[in-house]
Amino acid sequence: MSNIKYILGSFGDPDEMMHGIEKLQENNIKIHDVYTPMPIHGIEAKLGVKRSRLDILAFFCGITGTMSAFALIYLTSVVDWKHNIGGKPALALPDFIPIMFEVTILFCAFSLVGAYYASTHLFPGRAPRVMDLRATDDRFIIAIDAKENAEHSKIDGLLKDAGALEIKHNERKYISYE
Amino acid sequence: MGTHNYNLTEQFEFTGKAKTLSFVAIAVGVLAIGYGFTAKELHERTFANLLLMAYYFACVCMSGAFFLAVQFVAQAGWSASILRVPQAMAKTLPIAVVILIAVMAAGLYTHNLYHHWNAPGLTDINSPNYDKLIDGKSAFLNVPFFMARQVIFLGVYCIFAVLLAKLSTNEDLTGGLNSYRKSFKYSCIFLVIYGFTTPIFAFDTIMSLEAHWFSTMFGWYNFAAMWVSSLATIAIIIILLRKAGYMSWVNNSHLHNLGQFIFGFSIFWTYVWFAQFMLIYYANMPEETVYFYKRFDHYEFWFYLNLILNFLAPVLLLMDRDNKRQENIMLTVCIIVLCGHWVDYYQMIMPGTVEEHHAFGFIEIGTAVGFVGLFTFTVLRALSKQPLIAKNHPFLQESLNHHL
Repeated sequence: MSNIKYILGSFGDPDEMMHGIEKLQENNIKIHDVYTPMPIHGIEAKLGVKRSRLDILAFFCGITGTMSAFALIYLTSVVDWKHNIGGKPALALPDFIPIMFEVTILFCAFSLVGAYYASTHLFPGRAPRVMDLRATDDRFIIAIDAKENAEHSKIDGLLKDAGALEIKHNERKYISYE
Repeated sequence: MGTHNYNLTEQFEFTGKAKTLSFVAIAVGVLAIGYGFTAKELHERTFANLLLMAYYFACVCMSGAFFLAVQFVAQAGWSASILRVPQAMAKTLPIAVVILIAVMAAGLYTHNLYHHWNAPGLTDINSPNYDKLIDGKSAFLNVPFFMARQVIFLGVYCIFAVLLAKLSTNEDLTGGLNSYRKSFKYSCIFLVIYGFTTPIFAFDTIMSLEAHWFSTMFGWYNFAAMWVSSLATIAIIIILLRKAGYMSWVNNSHLHNLGQFIFGFSIFWTYVWFAQFMLIYYANMPEETVYFYKRFDHYEFWFYLNLILNFLAPVLLLMDRDNKRQENIMLTVCIIVLCGHWVDYYQMIMPGTVEEHHAFGFIEIGTAVGFVGLFTFTVLRALSKQPLIAKNHPFLQESLNHHL
């Protein structure tokens, strides 16, 4: 049993990489992930990446913000300490709306930044998870889980045929953890 | 991304049901307006309705020209294949402008359309009708200068609208980048002029109906209304053309973009509406609150309906991504938004013209139907005169491959 965890095919050209993905999929080899230095149109559909649930999170965080702002204003200036502002009733809803609106955006924005850090494992002081450093520069990387796919030489051959410039057999998942 | 086999010479044929229906609608409109002029007590109401629909018609068409200019200045690629629709609207603008100016001139000279500032004795210090406030504004709000402003502003919009449409026709014939560069240049000039003059245009045409009251937000409030209703109109035309078998190159992503525009600018409209409302509500100064006092007193139903149709409906129905990509949902929302902005204009115009004697009946519905018919007829006729796609637009390939 080898210690190889991941096979990385490193491509210099996005079209060749897309071709490589097709070849692997034709041979029923499951792709762990693909890393590219730039966004590539249509790659999500090809890899079958599920639609992001970021919008749902944004919605609920926003609603939380709206509720929090309303609760804060309501408890302070309606329940706890009524103010007479221009002779208006204590619960003057139009006055609340700008604050509710702003806090909605604040909660939404902060929680999305948090969600981004959590899902990408980026955090100040933490080593980022990188499988191949050149994926952030000039290479297009296809990563295949070596434990799930046994025929390593066949994978190597397919990647090479598709135009991979380099094929790595890594014994650890993330090379950035030193 | 492969190559596509779209028929780039496809041309819209304006015949059959669309043509018949638009004639029927125009006939209904003529009937309603004719009925409005039979009885003396209906005249003001008819004029208010004519102003409403003529303003709506002109605003939708000139925002079509604005859409074109925005696409050129932003060097947008996605819209290259749908530009013929706003171009048809831009080409219709001169007709809309003639109607609007005719309605305003007739209202000013023969009726009491702008009676808050245009009535005998308002600026005569010896008259019992003397109004100091209106007298102070009379250097700006007097009939000749008012009409001159309208003619100049609308005339300039017309020139640019027709010019942008013409450049695209030239591009079809000659190809090359020359037309595109010129379009870019004229669009830049047009946007600057348009941005500075539309608020004044809205102040004149609508806000001066209640000349004692003023709001600096009013111009942008009207701009938002005309822009979002124009976007909804563009979307409706495209969806209906697709349903009739034309414009096969328009995919859900184009629709998605239009949906985002409509969603975003509906919120922008509400934002401006609310900014105006809240400042007046909060400051609570009599000379400002009078505007909303009138609307709460006699127009409460319309006041709330306005917010439901123009804010709640688009926000709730278009928030979901998939809804923006579905023709039928988009069509429904666009129709709601268009009706909503009719209600919006209705409660802007009526309190300053017919005051509390407003009604909703044959004249209102008939005039609106008539103008919709006129719009359909003129725009579709303009659309049928050239191919439905600008085949030499430099960004055409980007638009055909548009994918979100």
